[in-house]
Amino acid sequence: MTARFRLTDSTLRDGSHAVAHRFTEEQVRSVVAALDRAGVPVIEVSHGDGLGGSSFNYGFSGTDEMKLLRVAVETARRAKIAVLLLPGIGVREDLRKAAEIGASVARIATHCTEADISQQHIGLAKELGMEAVGFLMMAHMIEPEDLLAQAKLMESYGADCVYVVDSAGAMTIEDARRRVGLLKEKLGCQVGLHAHNNLSLAVANSLAALEEGVDQLDGCTTGLGAGAGNCPTEILVAVCERSGIPTGVDPLAVMDAAEEVVRPIRPDQGVIDRDGLLLGYAGVYGSFLLHAKRAAERYGVDAKDILLELGRRKVVGGQEDMIIDVAVELARRQRQGS
Amino acid sequence: MLRCAIVGSGNIGTDLMFKLSRSPLLELVAMVGIDPDSEGLRLARERGVEASHGGVDWLLGRADEVDVVFEATSAWVHRLNAPRYEAAGLRAVDLTPARLGPPVVPPVNMGEHLDAPNVNLITCGGQATVPIVYAVSRVCRVPYAEIVSTVASRSAGPGTRQNIDEFTQTTGWALVEVGGAEHGKAIIVLNPAEPPILMRNTVFCGLGEGFDEEAVASSILEMVAEVASYVPGYRLKSDPVFEYDRFETPGGVVPARVVVLLEVEGGGGFLPAVCGESGHHDGFGGSGG
Repeated sequence: MTARFRLTDSTLRDGSHAVAHRFTEEQVRSVVAALDRAGVPVIEVSHGDGLGGSSFNYGFSGTDEMKLLRVAVETARRAKIAVLLLPGIGVREDLRKAAEIGASVARIATHCTEADISQQHIGLAKELGMEAVGFLMMAHMIEPEDLLAQAKLMESYGADCVYVVDSAGAMTIEDARRRVGLLKEKLGCQVGLHAHNNLSLAVANSLAALEEGVDQLDGCTTGLGAGAGNCPTEILVAVCERSGIPTGVDPLAVMDAAEEVVRPIRPDQGVIDRDGLLLGYAGVYGSFLLHAKRAAERYGVDAKDILLELGRRKVVGGQEDMIIDVAVELARRQRQGS
Repeated sequence: MLRCAIVGSGNIGTDLMFKLSRSPLLELVAMVGIDPDSEGLRLARERGVEASHGGVDWLLGRADEVDVVFEATSAWVHRLNAPRYEAAGLRAVDLTPARLGPPVVPPVNMGEHLDAPNVNLITCGGQATVPIVYAVSRVCRVPYAEIVSTVASRSAGPGTRQNIDEFTQTTGWALVEVGGAEHGKAIIVLNPAEPPILMRNTVFCGLGEGFDEEAVASSILEMVAEVASYVPGYRLKSDPVFEYDRFETPGGVVPARVVVLLEVEGGGGFLPAVCGESGHHDGFGGSGG
């Protein structure tokens, strides 16, 4: 039976946050092989912050992402390999290199109000013969109608699909349903949902999106990803099967991939601790979590206070430098005893 | 007085017009755009400045009335215009990231290119951060420098948005060429928060073995004071922060980094003060108001 939606597994991209961007070639080989065997149709591989993300601000890649990409392309027999690119961090040259290596899906991500910085990159992806996916991050921050206007921009640049991206894992079921529903109703291109699990709603939101007719969904095996993690691929597949929604993926094989290949990388993945929950509660970009925990330790302040202050300041994805700013400020206040 | 023309009547050109009107040395004699309905051209006429939507052709028809052209269009337009300015004997100050002329950052190398027919002001993020990288590299090795510029969405016009790669690539290049780092990378983030945020720039410098923390800190403080003398809204958000770790940078492993958190409040003009010193690409230019 044909799948009702197309699944993209982002373990080797979003999951990169959870391993401080230090995936090895061996890990990429084994994860891609296991997911490919299970029938996952698209596998995303990049630095967590997209191509060119290796930096002081987001963390340096342990292994050059183009090397990892090459291993993924060589390993996959059926699956397409996708890359993520955030204009402002990565550049078109990075996309060209990825296409040369054999990546065939380009996901171009912007903050949900800034779709117009993606025009050149979506255009280039199409020029290179890639499938182009627009990725509207932190989509909980604006109303569905405003999100639609931004999605239409991406569609007009040539995007084959536009994603509602819940980067903060802050969407309730209703939030996800309204956004996906409106985009499905008004866009000619496909619509996707990328869910995070900070409020323990990633699978539920994905199911709600399916009820609205969503075309593409993202997962990460074991949920390995930013914040408290992503929509766990193996659970999504299992729940879909139980609900009579064909996925095209072998549920038992993907469970094996999760248990035997991905779980050993981060055995503690899947716990929603207070800081993870706070991201969803305060609407903070998920990949700030580990940086905030590290800064908390370095400056002797509480990660919880850092995350809450970041939420108050309305920082957006990419502003990891503000974590140091906030931590230094909190430490100073603490010293002054105020 | 030097007679000046502004080419480009968008955000940056219009803001520069307000700044030039405060200069005792520069006289704005013409403003050129291509859109007859341009708000910038209307404002110029309102202030008694001759304005035309006839583009560069119109300007070159009266080249003998102008000494200096400020290019506030976009990089690809400047690449087309630059040879024509030069042929007409006009000196160009390039506010786009076109990288044709030598890159100039006043407190670092202003004196070196006084005779150049074309100078490039890099980007606003470059003007804010290159001085800091230079301040560090003059007292120790900087194998790698990186900057993050966060700009209020409202202050980034269509030219910037459609050419965002040019911002990061030109700025990263200037960290090396002018700042003295061995490798450089720049990142730009747009933040749509309302009320708009102040422009923020964060500089990370990897510090080579054997650096002297005190020398680095005092060199940075000195430089901040120097920049603030011509951009009064330029300030440190906190003292330079030294973080010790093993950082595997593109320039090699370093034992520490210094993080410099900067804030820039614009002098006002066409763009609100929150947009940084006249918004996005003008490189703190004009009168430094």
